[in-house]
Amino acid sequence: MLNYIIKRLLGMIPMLIGITMISFIVINLAPGDPVQFLSQMNPKVSETARAKFIKMYELDKPIHIRYFNWLKKVAKLDFGESFALDRKPVLEKIKERLPLTIYLNVTAMVLIFIIALPLGVLSAYYKDTLFDRGVTIFVFIGFAIPTFWLALLCMYYFGVVLGWLPISGLKSYNFDSLTMFGKIIDVIKHTIMPVGISVFGGLAGLSRFARNSMLEVLNEEYVEAARSRGLPENKILFKHALRNALLPIITILGLSIPGLIGGSVIFESIFGLPGMGQLFYQSVMMRDYPTIMGILVIGAVLTLIGNLVADVVYALVDPRIRYGKKG
Amino acid sequence: MIFAKRLFLLLLLIFVFTSCGTNEEPVSKKNKEKLENETVAFGDALVEGSIGDASNLIPILATDSASHSVAGLIYNGLLKYDKNLNLVGDLAEKWEVSEDKKVITFYLKKGVKWQDGKPFTSEDVKYTYEIIVDDKTPTAYDADFRLIEKVETPDNYTVKVYYKMAYAPALASWTVSILPAHLLKGKPITKSPLQRKPIGTGPYKFLEWKSQDHITLVANEDYFEGKPHIERYIYRVIPDTSSMFLELLNQNIDMMGLFPLQYTKQTENTRFKKYYKKYKYLANSYTYIGYNLKNSLFADKRVRQALTYATPKDDIIKGVLFGLGVKATGPYKPGTIWYNPNVKKYDYNLEKAKELLKEVGWSDVDGDGILEKSGKKFKITILTNQGNSSRSRIAEIVQQSWEKIGIKVEIRILEWATFISEYIDKRNFQVVILGWSIPQEPDLYDVWHSSNCRDKKLNFICYQNKEVDNLIEKARVEFDVEKRKSYYHKIQEILAEDQPYTFLYVPDALIALHKRFRNVSPAPAGLMYNFIDWYVPKAEQRYHFTK
Repeated sequence: MLNYIIKRLLGMIPMLIGITMISFIVINLAPGDPVQFLSQMNPKVSETARAKFIKMYELDKPIHIRYFNWLKKVAKLDFGESFALDRKPVLEKIKERLPLTIYLNVTAMVLIFIIALPLGVLSAYYKDTLFDRGVTIFVFIGFAIPTFWLALLCMYYFGVVLGWLPISGLKSYNFDSLTMFGKIIDVIKHTIMPVGISVFGGLAGLSRFARNSMLEVLNEEYVEAARSRGLPENKILFKHALRNALLPIITILGLSIPGLIGGSVIFESIFGLPGMGQLFYQSVMMRDYPTIMGILVIGAVLTLIGNLVADVVYALVDPRIRYGKKG
Repeated sequence: MIFAKRLFLLLLLIFVFTSCGTNEEPVSKKNKEKLENETVAFGDALVEGSIGDASNLIPILATDSASHSVAGLIYNGLLKYDKNLNLVGDLAEKWEVSEDKKVITFYLKKGVKWQDGKPFTSEDVKYTYEIIVDDKTPTAYDADFRLIEKVETPDNYTVKVYYKMAYAPALASWTVSILPAHLLKGKPITKSPLQRKPIGTGPYKFLEWKSQDHITLVANEDYFEGKPHIERYIYRVIPDTSSMFLELLNQNIDMMGLFPLQYTKQTENTRFKKYYKKYKYLANSYTYIGYNLKNSLFADKRVRQALTYATPKDDIIKGVLFGLGVKATGPYKPGTIWYNPNVKKYDYNLEKAKELLKEVGWSDVDGDGILEKSGKKFKITILTNQGNSSRSRIAEIVQQSWEKIGIKVEIRILEWATFISEYIDKRNFQVVILGWSIPQEPDLYDVWHSSNCRDKKLNFICYQNKEVDNLIEKARVEFDVEKRKSYYHKIQEILAEDQPYTFLYVPDALIALHKRFRNVSPAPAGLMYNFIDWYVPKAEQRYHFTK
């Protein structure tokens, strides 16, 4: 097993280099450059400024030199400085935004699991009943309704009409004067709507997956056997069937890890939450190459690690799978 | 069952959502006398909503308007614009221009202090000049200052600026924020903590900046013009304009810019009128249709005139701006001294347009509704940028109208960076719809001088007119306002005749502001020019701060 993990980890290095190289080239091929946003179409900007910025950002050097310079820095875990006017180190920028995105996504994901799994399992058990159809329609409404529309609707109703929840942002103006408990409540109140809408939209995928997985298991012989032995239904369902039905879900969990830092542009923009989604979108629009690359690298690393974790955990829980051993 | 309940709730939400905003109630008439007798009070905060965060609070390092609007409350320039857009002293008590117009002497105000208590002196002005022209400073605003030969400081309160040549826009360039030499000198400016925690001489002091969330400023008790009445200024970032509007309805923000639709329709309800007042004044920008003059299609001015005749400006203002704007006839804002109201006007007239095109030789020979000349059909592609719905709507209106005179029009909408780098910079376009901001300084050199029809310069339509060049050059060295005005008026007459652009409109700036703020009086300079005089009567203050 250890050998397998080491082999996989070593295999990640060329893959990462490949990913970053392609990303670097593609980003640089996109029309426009960061200097454009500082100097273009602004009569006040001087003639010399453009050349100065190009030199400063090393855009005058050929792309392969820039890539190698960048790679050398990254090897030392230095992602460089942002091209945006704040000129902050990329890592600092990411660190500022990451906790909020992780908090929102982890909360949403946990809630999705807590709600979607039982929904899926029960849907499978009560297959083709009114309950099953109702759940199907409900989760697909969540899936199909445009997020921004639902968000605005909720903001208007719960924020403006009822006045129950704050509309946007993460903290109230008087946040600093609140007690510790008050601060926690304040942040929770601010995130109920974004998390709630995110959960509503995310239920469909997992609940349908759980349902199908459960249906397969319910048709297995050992379930039939358990039934014929007279075991109670809830024991069959939640002890024997669920355990096996959950196995494929580990893969989904592993694959969800990169999503935890990705954030969502739409959400974060509508609710005014300064997370990674917003940062990534703004960086792309401004052609802020170092920040884009920084986020991409972290995303790629997490995707690769997520895959590995999923494979390893899968092997650990399912005795039928063993890596590194033949036969 | 669950689904039915949810559906009911959803329908209820939609009903509530759509039924709001229709009730109208006459504006509540408060007791006017009472208002007049209110005592001016200190305290409270103004929360302004904006879609973008600031990037850098050392203004010479920033090019975004968010940074400049926040920094504008923290720093002062030597000069500033008053409510009627005249240049007046700010940190400078007075100034003199030498007879040969090459030396400007500024006499600084005495007793002005930086927000850390150190005195403001001529050294700060000299340092600001030096850092702007330093090649290591990543500023975009060094052009005006590179024309300076040297800056002398005979004493702590006098600054003599020697120019290589007479240059009228020089005065306006001294509205630049003056930076504190004692905090910045000898250190790399790009590493300075002042980028995030600025220290200026202005009416507001920096308190807090949470990236992408808010920036808070607090009134400067020692401000040389007196302590501002509003205790705090909070600049809140809400990237989505719909969310911002909901925050406004909820009174969580006090001031924001409105869209024409919000101004005319969505704010005509009791809830809004109870708490907010709307302000409207001409914005500092104009929108235009620009023709690529290097393209043979537009070489003859009669073609451009015809296209202007066929452009329904009134319909555009009505349809796109809901009537909230005025027709533009040149590059200046109506109502300012630079604007010439007596230029040739082109009222919507399709017949006249057709006649002019016929004169040039365009006619529909094969009867397919499209004009031809020497076997070539009159086909145009209008380009504009994505993310500006007004421009795409203008394109649609213009398309319909131009097709009535026999021109086949296609519309292409492109992402901004691609639009600029692949089409504008490479002169790879026929017709564009774009806008310019109208700076207070009237110099037209960058956009209209022939020499700027090259590389990535701003005269990208390549308008070249010797007479206009000559007038621009003359106006650039003329400090006498009346004489300058006469040059710019003449240029506008020539542009009106040549129609290199079809000038479309100057839109209104539309602002919603909470009613509790007093002493607010819109002027040509906008709304915020006298912000330090705004106040909220004690009884109406919403925010209270402990020190």
